[in-house]
Amino acid sequence: MRARLWGTRGSLARSGPATIRYGGDTACVQISSTTDDHIILDAGSGILALGENLIEPPERIDILLSHLHMDHIQGLGFFQPLYSPDVMVHIWGPASATEDIRTRLSRYLSPPLFPVRLRDLSGVELHDLPRGELEIGSIKITTDSISHPGHTFGFRLEENGGVLAYMSDHELGLGGAGLPNDPQWTSGYCIAEGADLLIHDAQYTDDEYAERIGWGHSTFKQAVEFAEMAEVRKMLTFHHDPSHSDAFLDEVTASLHSNTVEIAGGMVGGQFEVGA
Amino acid sequence: MAQQPVEMILLKQWAEHMGSSVWLMDAAGNLVYYNEPAEQILGLRFDEAGEINADQLAELFQTTYPDGSTVATDQLPVVVALTKRIPSHAELRIHNRMGETKDIEVTALPLVAADQRLLGTMAIFWETVG
Repeated sequence: MRARLWGTRGSLARSGPATIRYGGDTACVQISSTTDDHIILDAGSGILALGENLIEPPERIDILLSHLHMDHIQGLGFFQPLYSPDVMVHIWGPASATEDIRTRLSRYLSPPLFPVRLRDLSGVELHDLPRGELEIGSIKITTDSISHPGHTFGFRLEENGGVLAYMSDHELGLGGAGLPNDPQWTSGYCIAEGADLLIHDAQYTDDEYAERIGWGHSTFKQAVEFAEMAEVRKMLTFHHDPSHSDAFLDEVTASLHSNTVEIAGGMVGGQFEVGA
Repeated sequence: MAQQPVEMILLKQWAEHMGSSVWLMDAAGNLVYYNEPAEQILGLRFDEAGEINADQLAELFQTTYPDGSTVATDQLPVVVALTKRIPSHAELRIHNRMGETKDIEVTALPLVAADQRLLGTMAIFWETVG
Protein backbone atom coordinates (compact mmCIF):
# COMPACT_ATOMS: atom_id res chain seq x y z
CA MET A 1 0.00 0.00 0.00
CA ARG A 2 1.00 3.60 -0.42
CA ALA A 3 0.42 6.42 2.05
CA ARG A 4 0.36 10.07 1.16
CA LEU A 5 0.10 12.88 3.67
CA TRP A 6 -2.36 15.63 2.78
CA GLY A 7 -2.68 17.18 6.22
CA THR A 8 -0.26 16.94 9.13
CA ARG A 9 -1.20 19.87 11.37
CA GLY A 10 -3.01 19.40 14.65
CA SER A 11 -5.78 21.33 16.35
CA LEU A 12 -6.10 24.19 13.87
CA ALA A 13 -5.07 24.77 10.26
CA ARG A 14 -2.24 27.25 9.98
CA SER A 15 -1.33 28.64 6.58
CA GLY A 16 1.59 30.95 5.89
CA PRO A 17 5.24 30.98 4.98
CA ALA A 18 6.29 29.34 8.25
CA THR A 19 4.28 26.16 7.67
CA ILE A 20 4.83 25.45 3.99
CA ARG A 21 7.03 22.34 4.19
CA TYR A 22 5.43 20.47 7.09
CA GLY A 23 2.05 21.76 5.99
CA GLY A 24 -0.70 23.87 7.47
CA ASP A 25 -3.68 21.63 6.76
CA THR A 26 -5.12 19.39 9.46
CA ALA A 27 -5.07 15.59 9.57
CA CYS A 28 -5.65 13.68 6.37
CA VAL A 29 -3.76 10.65 5.03
CA GLN A 30 -4.55 8.89 1.76
CA ILE A 31 -4.02 5.14 1.56
CA SER A 32 -3.96 3.42 -1.83
CA SER A 33 -3.92 -0.35 -1.89
CA THR A 34 -2.28 -2.54 -4.49
CA THR A 35 -5.77 -3.47 -5.70
CA ASP A 36 -6.81 0.15 -6.15
CA ASP A 37 -8.84 0.56 -2.96
CA HIS A 38 -9.07 4.16 -1.77
CA ILE A 39 -8.99 4.76 1.95
CA ILE A 40 -8.67 8.13 3.67
CA LEU A 41 -7.68 8.46 7.29
CA ASP A 42 -9.39 11.51 8.79
CA ALA A 43 -11.05 14.39 7.03
CA GLY A 44 -9.17 17.44 8.23
CA SER A 45 -8.69 20.42 5.95
CA GLY A 46 -6.13 18.43 3.95
CA ILE A 47 -8.93 16.43 2.35
CA LEU A 48 -9.84 19.43 0.18
CA ALA A 49 -6.65 19.18 -1.86
CA LEU A 50 -6.92 15.39 -1.91
CA GLY A 51 -10.37 15.62 -3.48
CA GLU A 52 -9.18 18.15 -6.02
CA ASN A 53 -6.35 15.87 -7.04
CA LEU A 54 -8.49 12.82 -7.72
CA ILE A 55 -8.31 13.07 -11.51
CA GLU A 56 -10.55 10.09 -12.03
CA PRO A 57 -12.52 9.59 -8.82
CA PRO A 58 -13.04 5.92 -8.03
CA GLU A 59 -16.49 4.43 -7.62
CA ARG A 60 -15.88 3.85 -3.94
CA ILE A 61 -13.96 5.79 -1.31
CA ASP A 62 -13.76 4.83 2.37
CA ILE A 63 -13.08 7.55 4.92
CA LEU A 64 -12.07 6.40 8.40
CA LEU A 65 -12.51 9.04 11.09
CA SER A 66 -10.33 8.43 14.11
CA HIS A 67 -12.56 10.72 16.17
CA LEU A 68 -14.82 13.69 15.73
CA HIS A 69 -12.76 16.65 16.91
CA MET A 70 -13.08 19.51 14.45
CA ASP A 71 -9.56 19.26 13.04
CA HIS A 72 -10.41 15.73 11.87
CA ILE A 73 -13.77 16.43 10.23
CA GLN A 74 -13.68 20.06 9.19
CA GLY A 75 -12.72 19.22 5.60
CA LEU A 76 -15.46 16.66 5.11
CA GLY A 77 -18.06 19.02 3.69
CA PHE A 78 -15.53 20.30 1.18
CA PHE A 79 -14.59 16.88 -0.23
CA GLN A 80 -15.85 17.06 -3.80
CA PRO A 81 -16.61 13.32 -4.27
CA LEU A 82 -19.37 13.71 -1.64
CA TYR A 83 -21.33 15.62 -4.27
CA SER A 84 -20.54 13.35 -7.21
CA PRO A 85 -23.33 11.01 -8.38
CA ASP A 86 -20.71 8.56 -9.60
CA VAL A 87 -18.95 8.01 -6.29
CA MET A 88 -20.13 6.21 -3.18
CA VAL A 89 -18.35 7.50 -0.10
CA HIS A 90 -18.40 5.27 2.94
CA ILE A 91 -17.69 7.16 6.14
CA TRP A 92 -16.64 5.11 9.15
CA GLY A 93 -16.43 6.75 12.55
CA PRO A 94 -16.82 6.09 16.24
CA ALA A 95 -20.27 5.90 17.74
CA SER A 96 -20.65 6.99 21.34
CA ALA A 97 -22.30 4.93 24.05
CA THR A 98 -25.65 6.43 23.13
CA GLU A 99 -25.41 7.91 19.61
CA ASP A 100 -24.47 6.44 16.25
CA ILE A 101 -22.01 8.09 13.88
CA ARG A 102 -24.77 9.63 11.78
CA THR A 103 -26.25 11.44 14.74
CA ARG A 104 -22.88 12.62 15.96
CA LEU A 105 -21.62 13.77 12.57
CA SER A 106 -24.89 15.49 11.73
CA ARG A 107 -24.16 18.01 14.44
CA TYR A 108 -21.45 19.42 12.20
CA LEU A 109 -22.95 18.70 8.77
CA SER A 110 -26.14 20.67 9.34
CA PRO A 111 -27.10 24.33 9.85
CA PRO A 112 -26.01 26.54 11.46
CA LEU A 113 -22.50 25.09 11.26
CA PHE A 114 -22.73 23.91 7.63
CA PRO A 115 -25.23 24.73 4.88
CA VAL A 116 -25.59 21.18 3.53
CA ARG A 117 -27.22 18.51 5.65
CA LEU A 118 -25.63 15.10 5.90
CA ARG A 119 -28.98 13.47 5.12
CA ASP A 120 -29.11 15.30 1.77
CA LEU A 121 -25.92 13.66 0.51
CA SER A 122 -27.21 10.70 -1.45
CA GLY A 123 -23.81 9.19 -2.22
CA VAL A 124 -22.78 8.76 1.40
CA GLU A 125 -23.10 5.69 3.55
CA LEU A 126 -22.27 5.90 7.24
CA HIS A 127 -20.94 3.08 9.39
CA ASP A 128 -20.29 2.88 13.09
CA LEU A 129 -16.65 1.93 13.24
CA PRO A 130 -16.28 -1.42 14.99
CA ARG A 131 -13.63 -2.01 17.59
CA GLY A 132 -11.75 -4.94 16.16
CA GLU A 133 -11.18 -5.88 12.56
CA LEU A 134 -12.66 -5.02 9.21
CA GLU A 135 -11.53 -5.44 5.63
CA ILE A 136 -11.71 -2.86 2.90
CA GLY A 137 -10.63 -4.38 -0.37
CA SER A 138 -7.25 -5.96 0.11
CA ILE A 139 -6.47 -4.07 3.32
CA LYS A 140 -7.13 -5.55 6.73
CA ILE A 141 -7.80 -2.86 9.29
CA THR A 142 -7.59 -3.32 13.04
CA THR A 143 -9.08 -0.60 15.20
CA ASP A 144 -8.74 0.00 18.91
CA SER A 145 -9.65 2.77 21.29
CA ILE A 146 -6.70 4.87 22.38
CA SER A 147 -6.07 7.50 25.02
CA HIS A 148 -7.49 10.83 23.84
CA PRO A 149 -10.46 12.86 25.10
CA GLY A 150 -13.65 11.54 23.55
CA HIS A 151 -13.94 8.22 21.80
CA THR A 152 -10.85 7.91 19.60
CA PHE A 153 -9.52 5.08 17.47
CA GLY A 154 -6.06 4.10 16.34
CA PHE A 155 -5.79 2.23 13.05
CA ARG A 156 -3.54 -0.61 11.98
CA LEU A 157 -3.60 -1.29 8.25
CA GLU A 158 -2.08 -4.46 6.82
CA GLU A 159 -1.54 -5.55 3.25
CA ASN A 160 0.95 -7.98 1.72
CA GLY A 161 2.96 -8.21 4.92
CA GLY A 162 3.26 -4.46 5.34
CA VAL A 163 1.87 -2.68 8.39
CA LEU A 164 0.98 0.99 8.74
CA ALA A 165 -0.13 2.27 12.13
CA TYR A 166 -1.94 5.59 12.52
CA MET A 167 -2.49 7.37 15.80
CA SER A 168 -2.82 11.04 15.02
CA ASP A 169 -4.10 12.05 18.45
CA HIS A 170 -2.78 10.00 21.32
CA GLU A 171 -1.73 10.94 24.84
CA LEU A 172 0.83 8.40 25.97
CA GLY A 173 1.89 10.11 29.17
CA LEU A 174 -1.42 10.65 30.89
CA GLY A 175 -1.24 9.56 34.48
CA GLY A 176 2.42 9.38 35.28
CA ALA A 177 6.02 10.19 34.59
CA GLY A 178 8.10 7.77 32.60
CA LEU A 179 5.28 6.58 30.36
CA PRO A 180 5.26 4.71 28.04
CA ASN A 181 7.00 1.96 29.96
CA ASP A 182 5.08 -1.31 29.71
CA PRO A 183 3.43 -2.74 26.58
CA GLN A 184 0.58 -4.33 28.53
CA TRP A 185 -0.35 -0.99 30.05
CA THR A 186 0.39 1.31 27.14
CA SER A 187 -2.48 2.61 25.05
CA GLY A 188 -2.04 1.89 21.34
CA TYR A 189 0.64 -0.75 21.70
CA CYS A 190 -1.36 -3.42 19.89
CA ILE A 191 -1.95 -1.01 17.01
CA ALA A 192 1.71 -0.10 16.60
CA GLU A 193 3.49 -3.36 17.41
CA GLY A 194 6.03 -4.18 14.73
CA ALA A 195 4.68 -1.65 12.22
CA ASP A 196 6.72 -0.71 9.18
CA LEU A 197 5.45 2.85 9.39
CA LEU A 198 3.96 4.56 12.43
CA ILE A 199 2.28 7.94 12.00
CA HIS A 200 2.06 9.28 15.54
CA ASP A 201 1.08 12.33 17.51
CA ALA A 202 4.11 14.40 18.54
CA GLN A 203 2.57 17.76 19.24
CA TYR A 204 4.53 19.03 22.20
CA THR A 205 7.94 19.61 23.64
CA ASP A 206 8.40 18.39 27.21
CA ASP A 207 7.92 21.92 28.54
CA GLU A 208 4.75 22.46 26.53
CA TYR A 209 3.29 19.15 27.68
CA ALA A 210 3.76 20.09 31.32
CA GLU A 211 1.20 22.85 30.76
CA ARG A 212 -1.15 20.72 28.64
CA ILE A 213 -1.55 17.43 30.48
CA GLY A 214 -4.89 15.85 29.66
CA TRP A 215 -5.32 17.68 26.37
CA GLY A 216 -4.82 14.41 24.52
CA HIS A 217 -1.41 14.64 22.90
CA SER A 218 2.11 13.32 23.21
CA THR A 219 5.57 14.82 23.26
CA PHE A 220 8.24 14.21 20.66
CA LYS A 221 10.18 12.23 23.23
CA GLN A 222 7.22 10.03 24.22
CA ALA A 223 6.48 9.28 20.57
CA VAL A 224 10.06 8.10 20.03
CA GLU A 225 10.01 5.97 23.19
CA PHE A 226 6.70 4.45 22.16
CA ALA A 227 8.00 3.66 18.67
CA GLU A 228 11.05 1.97 20.17
CA MET A 229 8.95 -0.05 22.61
CA ALA A 230 6.63 -1.15 19.81
CA GLU A 231 9.64 -2.01 17.63
CA VAL A 232 8.40 -0.11 14.62
CA ARG A 233 10.71 0.44 11.66
CA LYS A 234 9.95 4.07 10.89
CA MET A 235 8.00 6.78 12.66
CA LEU A 236 6.62 10.04 11.31
CA THR A 237 5.86 12.81 13.77
CA PHE A 238 2.34 14.10 13.18
CA HIS A 239 -0.30 16.49 14.48
CA HIS A 240 2.12 19.39 14.54
CA ASP A 241 1.20 22.15 16.92
CA PRO A 242 -0.15 25.23 15.11
CA SER A 243 2.53 27.34 16.81
CA HIS A 244 5.40 25.21 15.53
CA SER A 245 7.10 26.60 12.44
CA ASP A 246 8.98 24.61 9.83
CA ALA A 247 12.25 25.85 11.26
CA PHE A 248 11.26 24.79 14.77
CA LEU A 249 10.13 21.35 13.61
CA ASP A 250 13.38 20.91 11.67
CA GLU A 251 15.31 21.65 14.82
CA VAL A 252 13.31 19.36 17.08
CA THR A 253 13.20 16.50 14.58
CA ALA A 254 16.97 16.67 14.14
CA SER A 255 17.39 16.35 17.89
CA LEU A 256 15.41 13.09 18.08
CA HIS A 257 17.59 10.00 18.23
CA SER A 258 16.89 6.31 18.23
CA ASN A 259 19.13 3.33 17.67
CA THR A 260 16.28 1.21 16.39
CA VAL A 261 13.68 3.46 14.77
CA GLU A 262 14.05 5.71 11.74
CA ILE A 263 12.47 9.03 12.66
CA ALA A 264 11.24 11.75 10.35
CA GLY A 265 8.94 14.72 10.53
CA GLY A 266 5.61 14.20 8.81
CA MET A 267 5.50 16.65 5.92
CA VAL A 268 2.59 17.41 3.64
CA GLY A 269 3.02 15.65 0.32
CA GLY A 270 5.17 12.91 1.81
CA GLN A 271 4.59 9.51 0.20
CA PHE A 272 5.54 6.15 1.61
CA GLU A 273 5.41 2.61 0.30
CA VAL A 274 4.51 0.07 2.97
CA GLY A 275 4.86 -3.64 2.31
CA ALA A 276 5.40 -5.43 -0.96
CA MET B 1 1.56 -10.18 26.91
CA ALA B 2 -1.57 -8.69 25.39
CA GLN B 3 -2.27 -5.01 25.77
CA GLN B 4 -5.11 -4.09 28.11
CA PRO B 5 -8.09 -2.12 26.75
CA VAL B 6 -7.59 1.63 26.98
CA GLU B 7 -10.39 1.91 29.55
CA MET B 8 -8.43 -0.38 31.87
CA ILE B 9 -5.20 1.50 31.18
CA LEU B 10 -6.81 4.81 32.10
CA LEU B 11 -8.37 3.29 35.23
CA LYS B 12 -5.01 1.93 36.34
CA GLN B 13 -3.42 5.33 35.87
CA TRP B 14 -6.22 6.88 37.89
CA ALA B 15 -5.92 4.23 40.61
CA GLU B 16 -2.20 4.88 40.95
CA HIS B 17 -3.07 8.39 42.11
CA MET B 18 -5.79 7.36 44.56
CA GLY B 19 -5.61 6.98 48.31
CA SER B 20 -8.54 4.56 48.20
CA SER B 21 -7.85 0.89 47.68
CA VAL B 22 -8.66 -0.08 44.11
CA TRP B 23 -8.37 -3.31 42.21
CA LEU B 24 -9.09 -4.17 38.62
CA MET B 25 -10.21 -7.51 37.26
CA ASP B 26 -10.53 -8.39 33.60
CA ALA B 27 -13.59 -10.01 32.06
CA ALA B 28 -12.18 -13.47 32.73
CA GLY B 29 -11.92 -12.75 36.45
CA ASN B 30 -8.16 -12.30 36.55
CA LEU B 31 -6.87 -9.70 39.00
CA VAL B 32 -4.77 -7.56 36.66
CA TYR B 33 -3.91 -4.68 39.00
CA TYR B 34 -4.29 -3.31 42.49
CA ASN B 35 -2.84 -0.10 43.89
CA GLU B 36 -0.63 0.66 46.87
CA PRO B 37 -3.43 1.27 49.41
CA ALA B 38 -4.87 -2.12 48.41
CA GLU B 39 -1.48 -3.71 49.02
CA GLN B 40 -1.71 -2.62 52.66
CA ILE B 41 -4.97 -4.50 53.09
CA LEU B 42 -4.09 -7.54 51.02
CA GLY B 43 -0.63 -7.85 52.55
CA LEU B 44 1.08 -8.44 49.24
CA ARG B 45 2.75 -6.03 46.85
CA PHE B 46 1.33 -6.22 43.36
CA ASP B 47 4.83 -6.24 41.89
CA GLU B 48 5.46 -9.46 43.82
CA ALA B 49 2.11 -11.02 43.06
CA GLY B 50 1.84 -10.07 39.41
CA GLU B 51 -1.34 -10.83 37.55
CA ILE B 52 -3.39 -13.33 39.53
CA ASN B 53 -5.76 -15.65 37.75
CA ALA B 54 -9.20 -16.44 39.09
CA ASP B 55 -8.16 -19.84 40.48
CA GLN B 56 -5.23 -18.42 42.44
CA LEU B 57 -7.25 -15.64 44.06
CA ALA B 58 -8.95 -17.83 46.62
CA GLU B 59 -5.59 -19.25 47.70
CA LEU B 60 -3.99 -15.84 48.17
CA PHE B 61 -6.78 -14.07 50.01
CA GLN B 62 -9.24 -16.01 52.14
CA THR B 63 -12.52 -14.16 52.48
CA THR B 64 -15.33 -14.62 54.96
CA TYR B 65 -18.14 -12.52 56.35
CA PRO B 66 -17.15 -10.47 59.43
CA ASP B 67 -18.77 -13.07 61.69
CA GLY B 68 -16.51 -15.73 60.20
CA SER B 69 -19.13 -17.47 58.12
CA THR B 70 -18.34 -18.61 54.61
CA VAL B 71 -18.99 -16.40 51.62
CA ALA B 72 -20.23 -18.26 48.59
CA THR B 73 -18.08 -17.35 45.59
CA ASP B 74 -21.06 -16.14 43.61
CA GLN B 75 -21.87 -13.68 46.42
CA LEU B 76 -18.53 -11.88 46.29
CA PRO B 77 -19.09 -8.32 45.00
CA VAL B 78 -16.54 -8.70 42.20
CA VAL B 79 -18.19 -11.90 41.03
CA VAL B 80 -21.66 -10.35 41.16
CA ALA B 81 -20.41 -7.35 39.17
CA LEU B 82 -18.85 -9.60 36.56
CA THR B 83 -21.60 -12.14 36.18
CA LYS B 84 -24.68 -9.96 36.62
CA ARG B 85 -23.26 -6.66 35.36
CA ILE B 86 -24.61 -4.80 38.37
CA PRO B 87 -22.89 -2.94 41.22
CA SER B 88 -22.47 -4.94 44.38
CA HIS B 89 -21.48 -4.10 47.94
CA ALA B 90 -20.60 -6.24 50.94
CA GLU B 91 -18.95 -6.19 54.33
CA LEU B 92 -16.23 -8.84 54.38
CA ARG B 93 -13.25 -10.08 56.36
CA ILE B 94 -9.98 -10.79 54.58
CA HIS B 95 -7.31 -13.08 55.92
CA ASN B 96 -4.30 -11.79 54.08
CA ARG B 97 -0.88 -13.12 53.14
CA MET B 98 0.74 -11.49 56.17
CA GLY B 99 -1.50 -13.48 58.50
CA GLU B 100 -3.52 -10.40 59.33
CA THR B 101 -7.29 -10.18 59.51
CA LYS B 102 -8.87 -7.09 58.00
CA ASP B 103 -12.55 -6.14 58.08
CA ILE B 104 -13.42 -4.28 54.94
CA GLU B 105 -16.31 -2.94 52.92
CA VAL B 106 -16.16 -3.56 49.20
CA THR B 107 -18.05 -1.98 46.33
CA ALA B 108 -17.56 -3.53 42.91
CA LEU B 109 -18.69 -2.00 39.63
CA PRO B 110 -18.96 -3.70 36.27
CA LEU B 111 -16.83 -2.04 33.58
CA VAL B 112 -18.78 -1.83 30.36
CA ALA B 113 -17.27 -0.23 27.26
CA ALA B 114 -19.12 2.15 24.96
CA ASP B 115 -19.83 -0.76 22.63
CA GLN B 116 -21.32 -2.67 25.59
CA ARG B 117 -18.47 -5.18 25.88
CA LEU B 118 -17.80 -6.25 29.45
CA LEU B 119 -14.20 -5.30 30.22
CA GLY B 120 -14.07 -6.48 33.81
CA THR B 121 -14.78 -5.02 37.20
CA MET B 122 -13.34 -2.37 39.47
CA ALA B 123 -13.55 -2.86 43.21
CA ILE B 124 -13.00 -0.07 45.71
CA PHE B 125 -12.59 -1.14 49.29
CA TRP B 126 -11.72 0.33 52.63
CA GLU B 127 -10.91 -1.03 56.03
CA THR B 128 -13.65 -0.68 58.63
CA VAL B 129 -12.80 0.17 62.20
CA GLY B 130 -14.61 -1.13 65.23
